[in-house]
Amino acid sequence: MTTTLEPQTFDCRQAFAETLIDLARADDRIVAVCNDSVGSSNLVAFREEFPDRLVNVGIAEQNMVGVGAGLANAGLVPFVCAAGPFLTGRATEQIKTDVAYSDRAVVLCAMSPGMAYGELGPTHHSIEDLAWMRAVANLDILVPADPAQTRAAVRWAAGSKRPVFMRVGRHKVPGVSDPADPFVFGRADVLSDGSDVTIFATGTPVSRALGAAGLLARQGVGARVVNVSTISPLDEATVLAAARETGFVLTVEEATTTGGLGAAIGEIVLRHHPVPLRMLGVPRVFAPTGDNDYLLETFGLTAEGIAAAVLDLRN
Amino acid sequence: MLAPDLEQAARWRHVTAISDPQVLTESLRRAANASRATTLQMVSAARLGHLGGDMSVLDVLTTLYGSVLRVDPENPEWPERDRLIMSKGHCSEALYATLAWAGFFSPDELRTFDRPGSALNGHPNRTYVPGVETNTGALGHGLPVGVGVAVGAKLQQLPSRVFVVLGDGELQEGSNWEAAMTAAHRGLDNLTAIVDRNRLQQGARTEDTASLDPLAEKWRAFGWNVVEVDGHDHLGLRDALIAVAAGRPTCLIAETVKGKGISFMEDRVEWHHKVPTADQLATALEELSR
Repeated sequence: MTTTLEPQTFDCRQAFAETLIDLARADDRIVAVCNDSVGSSNLVAFREEFPDRLVNVGIAEQNMVGVGAGLANAGLVPFVCAAGPFLTGRATEQIKTDVAYSDRAVVLCAMSPGMAYGELGPTHHSIEDLAWMRAVANLDILVPADPAQTRAAVRWAAGSKRPVFMRVGRHKVPGVSDPADPFVFGRADVLSDGSDVTIFATGTPVSRALGAAGLLARQGVGARVVNVSTISPLDEATVLAAARETGFVLTVEEATTTGGLGAAIGEIVLRHHPVPLRMLGVPRVFAPTGDNDYLLETFGLTAEGIAAAVLDLRN
Repeated sequence: MLAPDLEQAARWRHVTAISDPQVLTESLRRAANASRATTLQMVSAARLGHLGGDMSVLDVLTTLYGSVLRVDPENPEWPERDRLIMSKGHCSEALYATLAWAGFFSPDELRTFDRPGSALNGHPNRTYVPGVETNTGALGHGLPVGVGVAVGAKLQQLPSRVFVVLGDGELQEGSNWEAAMTAAHRGLDNLTAIVDRNRLQQGARTEDTASLDPLAEKWRAFGWNVVEVDGHDHLGLRDALIAVAAGRPTCLIAETVKGKGISFMEDRVEWHHKVPTADQLATALEELSR
């Protein structure tokens, strides 16, 4: 009888919630704002400890983001938490005008991004968020890949004094970052080296990209895997070095390929060092019904799917 | 080019120090009309702007900066200051004229209004203009931000009060009513919304577009203390702006006349963003000097 060992996985939302409470204990300017999402944003413990510092505005995302901007005006450090599709989709103009254009240090936390709410359908999929937020000036965009990065990114954002948009994943993921150095703002991290192709991944697909690199190694293809945990500003030096040194680029994201990570990397590569490039993610379609695993498989976002895309790219 | 009245107008500190009601009224009336004249000249020079709403709201702005707000033009980011949030940001020129009068920057700056590279955009920007609290222009943004400031002031036990100036047509944006619910739910008695109820929007009368009446009842139903005032009566405005209803946010519905003070503009929808001819400008300035 053989035992299959599943990789140990960790909860990013839990890491987010615990870090926010730690920060709030040390700094009474930390406040949370949400839209009837105390449970889904993992803010139950925060509410118990800091009932006055949780502003639940109800189901009203435009108001929620404006309130966040006002709290920042009053000298507080607000974390505005809501499911990704509604935070970005319903309040894009508030994010643009009240937060980014007004240069207010609000941390916008998109919970359960990508197709985390797979079965609930495209209304609840947050796949357009990266494209929408990338188009907004003066907004830093963070996508931590694992709980250690989530903790570090939350700490960084609390002190950044800038408008920040951050994705906080719903499903457990394996640890992928170096525990000693889990998040450096603006830096893309090379997780595994290789000289035949570079796989840029962000968020949940990062561990899958590492899996793909393992599969490719067995076929003699050396894949460099880069975790892009800061989408804006993008680490241009690491992107260009990879393009020059490996000659092929694949991007992988749990988001639409129209305007997201792939487009961001494509813009740099095309301008400075054009190489064959392919984007893996959700093409411009609404996803079928299914859970997160099913949908990731459907769109080729498994280790096998990513490896196959690499081989296709190099042929 | 600027009205000499504005250059010589008493600064904020001087006006607030006036205790005689008649002298205060006359000072505020002159200051508001000086700002009207300045605004007319700014819009005439730039060839764009929103004069109708500027004229209707200037008595409210002048009363706020002249006799109500605790602000320090020398220290615009003073943490304990009161906030004025100009949600109807298209009337930026009225706000700029008022801020210059209150001493936040030199009236000379007003000459650059809408010029290429100017800090004085057609809609206010806080990073460029001292005294602007949040960037506006798109409608329906000011009240949610005001709610956030009011919550923040309560959390930090600051004495700051928050005033949000809303256009009446702006209330057709649903975000206002989201914010109205939050403000009442949280008992934000440090928050006052002021509706510039001039009954005209860009294309037609509000009541012919998407009617707002009964407006006072709407706010009351949302849990607000509501006071209806003459939006051109400085003393009445001052008393209403100073008053607070314990445990509830207050909405002042300021009944105003769009184009107020200029005979051919008053209550005329086309003056939402029309630019006067040279003859019209001369007539208007003459009327305002009375």
